[in-house]
Amino acid sequence: MEGQRGGVNLKQKIALAVLALAVVASLGAGFLTEHSYAEQSRESISAPPSAHFWLGTDELGRDRFTRLLYGTRVSLLLAPAAALLATVIAAMIGGAAGYLGGRWERAVTTGIDLFLSLPWLFLLLAVRALLPLNTSPVMSVMITFLLLGCLGWAAPARIIRAGTRTLRNSDFLVQASASGVSRWRLFWRHLLPNLRPILLAQFWISIPLFILSEANLGLLGLGVSEPLPSWGAMLRELENYSAVLQNPWILAPVILLVAVVSCLQLLLGTEERVPC
Amino acid sequence: MLPLLLRQARRILLTVLLGGLLGATLVRMGPGFGVDERELDSRLSADSQQAIRAENAKENNIALFYVRYIGGFLHGDFGFSRSLNRPVAELLRQRLPLTLESAGLGLTGGASLGLVLALLTVWWRAPGADLVPAVLSGLCLAAPAAVIALALLWMGPWIGAASRWAIALVVFPHVYRYAKNQLIATSQSPHVVAAEAKGLSSWRVLWAHVFTPAAPQLAALAGISVSLAFGASIPIEVICDSPGVGQLAWRAAMDRDLPLLVTITVLVALMTLVVNSLADLALGTWKNNAWKDSAAA
Repeated sequence: MEGQRGGVNLKQKIALAVLALAVVASLGAGFLTEHSYAEQSRESISAPPSAHFWLGTDELGRDRFTRLLYGTRVSLLLAPAAALLATVIAAMIGGAAGYLGGRWERAVTTGIDLFLSLPWLFLLLAVRALLPLNTSPVMSVMITFLLLGCLGWAAPARIIRAGTRTLRNSDFLVQASASGVSRWRLFWRHLLPNLRPILLAQFWISIPLFILSEANLGLLGLGVSEPLPSWGAMLRELENYSAVLQNPWILAPVILLVAVVSCLQLLLGTEERVPC
Repeated sequence: MLPLLLRQARRILLTVLLGGLLGATLVRMGPGFGVDERELDSRLSADSQQAIRAENAKENNIALFYVRYIGGFLHGDFGFSRSLNRPVAELLRQRLPLTLESAGLGLTGGASLGLVLALLTVWWRAPGADLVPAVLSGLCLAAPAAVIALALLWMGPWIGAASRWAIALVVFPHVYRYAKNQLIATSQSPHVVAAEAKGLSSWRVLWAHVFTPAAPQLAALAGISVSLAFGASIPIEVICDSPGVGQLAWRAAMDRDLPLLVTITVLVALMTLVVNSLADLALGTWKNNAWKDSAAA
């Protein structure tokens, strides 16, 4: 068992190192590459890797390595932002439901169950279609991740509600309540801080889910708009099978995505809640 | 049993109503709602244009709009697809069977693979026994469904219908991990230790004392798996160019055809709920019978 624990720790250390490397490289993109993600080199269209273009160029002559670094930045910064938003919404809804109990809890639980029965990607698509499709790249990033954050609250809310229910009857809350602390203060000062481990776990679990969802949306053409790169948008190159055979370095974004998500799952020791 | 049945029926009815309300709201908020291109036809007289406006004004009454939308939904009138210029019900009749077939086969394949590998992992307790399934499930979990579909499409000539395989690979890791954890937890319970101490064969212990008691918990995974399979059908059908409901939903999203998209979403949610309810009922019945058996004993 001890050996197993040591093995898991070692794996997690490696995962942490890979993630740290990806984050540092994406944040230091400006130092690591001299190109811009939108810069087009017309004389080097679909060029193979070289000293100048480490991962070659795409069909518009843009440096693939630069785009990969900036795309990693978009995915790795905004997925946690969306996860934070989803966790805050879940904490408010699930926490209030678990704390107040009774009809309010039953109504919220029914709402959560109904929300969860809507397949995630169908729901994302329906709401995404409601919003403008031809937007500026920055706006498309905002829309994509706000959407993920606003729609991804239901599963964490259910777990937070259950956690709150357990805490609701704990001695320290009963004592605080008996000594006249207002319900509002009880919720903010005593309950929410004690839910921190659950909230943190839900936050971390949401990140790989949102990274994968963005990748799926991007591949379907409903994610981040060009010329801004993201992992999802870069995966669209894979649709050209013959190009992949001739230029295997096109696979770099998918390899990085799978590595990062695997590392996140290793770190979390995650089991479930990755819908698609 | 009856209260459980009633609860599930209430849940499904509530979903239809709430889904219909949500759908109607999305359709109302969608681009192009209330705009009639016939009004721009210069050949129409002022009276004709006035008549068209009066006809459209009925739609602007929110309460009437909701009642008509939900009423139509309950009667199987799912509206009209503007982008494909056909009734939504007709489009669904054409495309739903293909998605149901690929999702059903993919689900069966993925769940079977996950269960078999989980059983083998628990049976073969050597260190590193789960290395291959763990790596495979980890890879499938870490790859977007669309990428799995692409990879399988590249192998197309060797594997046949890529969309079914892709759905199977999306479902497999979830079933495998959940089933493995459930089976390991059950295999550590005292009755299993006692059965092993009595010298029962390892397969008999695994089947009769580990798998059978854990089976109801594993059945509870059916609902999640159905939701997973339908969700994954969008990118998979788009990538594999399979003309099912997933591809239809994507086209509707690209063309901003909200009546079509919302109807598909609500219907898929309903199907998921029905499967969830059936799984819950099966679990309830099993618990009920187990309780009666233990009371009789």
